[in-house]
Amino acid sequence: MTQHPFQTRDDILSWGRVVRRTQHVAQPRFCDELAGLFDGSAGASRLASGLRRSYGDSCLNSEGGLIDARRLDRIIAFDAATGVLRAEAGTSLSQILRLVVPKGWFLPTAPGTRFVTLGGAVANDVHGKNHHRAGTFGCHVRALGMVRSDRSALTVTAQSDPPLFGSTIGGLGLTGLIAWVELQLVKVGSSFLNVETIAYDNLNAFWALADESVARFEHTVAWIDCAARGASLGRGVFSRGDWANDGVYATHDDATWKRVPIEAPGFALNALTVRAFNEVYYRIGRAKAGSSRQHYAPFFYPLDAVLDWNRLYGRRGMRQYQCVIPPERARDAIGELLELIAASGQASFLAVIKTFGALSSPGLLSFPRPGATLALDFPDRGEATFALMARLDAIVDAAGGALYPAKDGRMSREMFRRSFPRWAEFARDPGMNSDFWRRVAE
Amino acid sequence: MSGAAQRIIILGAASAIAEATARLWAARGARLLLVGRNDVRLKTIAADLIVRGAAQAIVWPLDCATADASGELERMAQSLGGLDILLLAYGVLGDQAALERDPGETARLIQTNFTSAVGWCLAATAIFERQRFGALLVIGSVAGDRGRKSNFIYGASKCGLECFVEGIAHKLAPVGARAAVIKPGYVDTPMTASMTKTGPLWAVPDHVAAIIVRTGDKGGPVVYAPGFWRFIMLVIRYMPVAVFNKLNI
Repeated sequence: MTQHPFQTRDDILSWGRVVRRTQHVAQPRFCDELAGLFDGSAGASRLASGLRRSYGDSCLNSEGGLIDARRLDRIIAFDAATGVLRAEAGTSLSQILRLVVPKGWFLPTAPGTRFVTLGGAVANDVHGKNHHRAGTFGCHVRALGMVRSDRSALTVTAQSDPPLFGSTIGGLGLTGLIAWVELQLVKVGSSFLNVETIAYDNLNAFWALADESVARFEHTVAWIDCAARGASLGRGVFSRGDWANDGVYATHDDATWKRVPIEAPGFALNALTVRAFNEVYYRIGRAKAGSSRQHYAPFFYPLDAVLDWNRLYGRRGMRQYQCVIPPERARDAIGELLELIAASGQASFLAVIKTFGALSSPGLLSFPRPGATLALDFPDRGEATFALMARLDAIVDAAGGALYPAKDGRMSREMFRRSFPRWAEFARDPGMNSDFWRRVAE
Repeated sequence: MSGAAQRIIILGAASAIAEATARLWAARGARLLLVGRNDVRLKTIAADLIVRGAAQAIVWPLDCATADASGELERMAQSLGGLDILLLAYGVLGDQAALERDPGETARLIQTNFTSAVGWCLAATAIFERQRFGALLVIGSVAGDRGRKSNFIYGASKCGLECFVEGIAHKLAPVGARAAVIKPGYVDTPMTASMTKTGPLWAVPDHVAAIIVRTGDKGGPVVYAPGFWRFIMLVIRYMPVAVFNKLNI
């Protein structure tokens, strides 16, 4: 029963559900199958994919083969004394937390969803609310197991092969197949956090809160009402917190997922409903302001409570825009961006702002850098959305900022190259490619 | 059931459904013995099961389709100090057209799915009768419910196995041991790699695994996984021949 390992699939979408292209997908169950997948079938190039939380085309490879790594989800070793964990690349952060939290350990940094794989976390060098203290995910990677098209299986560390290690952290999966990841976890005193929630009136208030909070709190983030304008521009709800120290270790339960079973109709999201949502969310935030004890799941992963929430955007899907602006230009540029977005009436519920710290990542193409990052979702309305984003690009570009490939599906080649000036040093595996890379770099 | 760790042997432990089931047993602190052809893969799975809570995970490389079942199973049970559950999870789907062309290929499929499985089931029955406890869990298939042109050779091997396991359940009932056949429908695993996997009939291995673990605790002798297949197959089984013959299934 030797059969072609790549199956033709039309139901493979990235998180934004905008890019709809046929993919050829292999689903290996064991790492020993990976080398054989560079067999020249289904087009020459390969790309590994995981839980596909990337929004645009960086996790798709329509001209070659896609290697769905989700069945490579075994823990290879975990030392509960040192917190060193080695697991196959398709293991989700959710699975890891369920195993390590009861033993007093946590991920060194947590992106906004736990439904990402280890390989995806490395390939996008993800960040979390504690970036100002912990840096990116890649700062905590001790070693990587890789299978390249041009070399046999190898173990890569920052010492053994600095160019390959630096290219793989944040390397969008293009430096070879990541078979496993060894990660240093952090010790926590509880599975709960002491959280302060503060409703603030405008952007100036945000900057004051951010400045004051980074020195005092491990985790900071703010939600912005992106429909508010004028004197209220940038108003929102600031949240900051630290791990509790009560020795209570309760894991989350993925079995209680709520689902969005169907795509919402296109009219459900319009300027009116978005404005109403933002208004209500802001008022609830103001009413609930104060201190509370929160479990890590609602604190780090509020959206994970509703599986497939991206279907709320309907058949046409959504796009995300996430940029980072250097510190000296951040105040002006973020104000301009929000002004433009509020005036356009196109944004939706999810606008998040956070200040990054100075810890630098080993990743050559890593997105986080000192400054402020703003992330917003937009229902995809075709040309109107592109036109708005092009105007946002101009502001980001003028301020010397950068865009985040994991969230992108449309940045220009020039924007990519200015965002990642070291892209030409990148040690890409000639056997790997993605729709994103073909678009911005070839 | 509670108290001492359950001693469980899994035949075909590298299969997707078997591994998903082993993870659930590992979380309960079971002592597992994993049997399969690929030593390296079994070791990878065993290391993972230990992190997930298994009290023990012994790797036992063996080709179940050709092994001396009785002797091997006695040695395996000895190394665990007894046997609470045997899960028989190996089997091949085969390609119907190729099987029809090649009688040798068909004989090999029947050797794997039926003849060798019978040997393991008899060996387990002997142990359970002696112990006066234990559960034999065998993975069957909804394909065994009515012969269909698309897969009746595979279906017949699973149908025969089901009848056999039912008989063992009948024989073991008076001594307090159990046997059950678990019959999955469509499951998203490498065995079904060539099929299009969309629609409400497809299950994930985790779902089938939960049903297997439950059947290890109680129930049987015939369990559909997921349960709705019992009604689908009821319709298929009692469909008049004139209607059935018009279906391309």
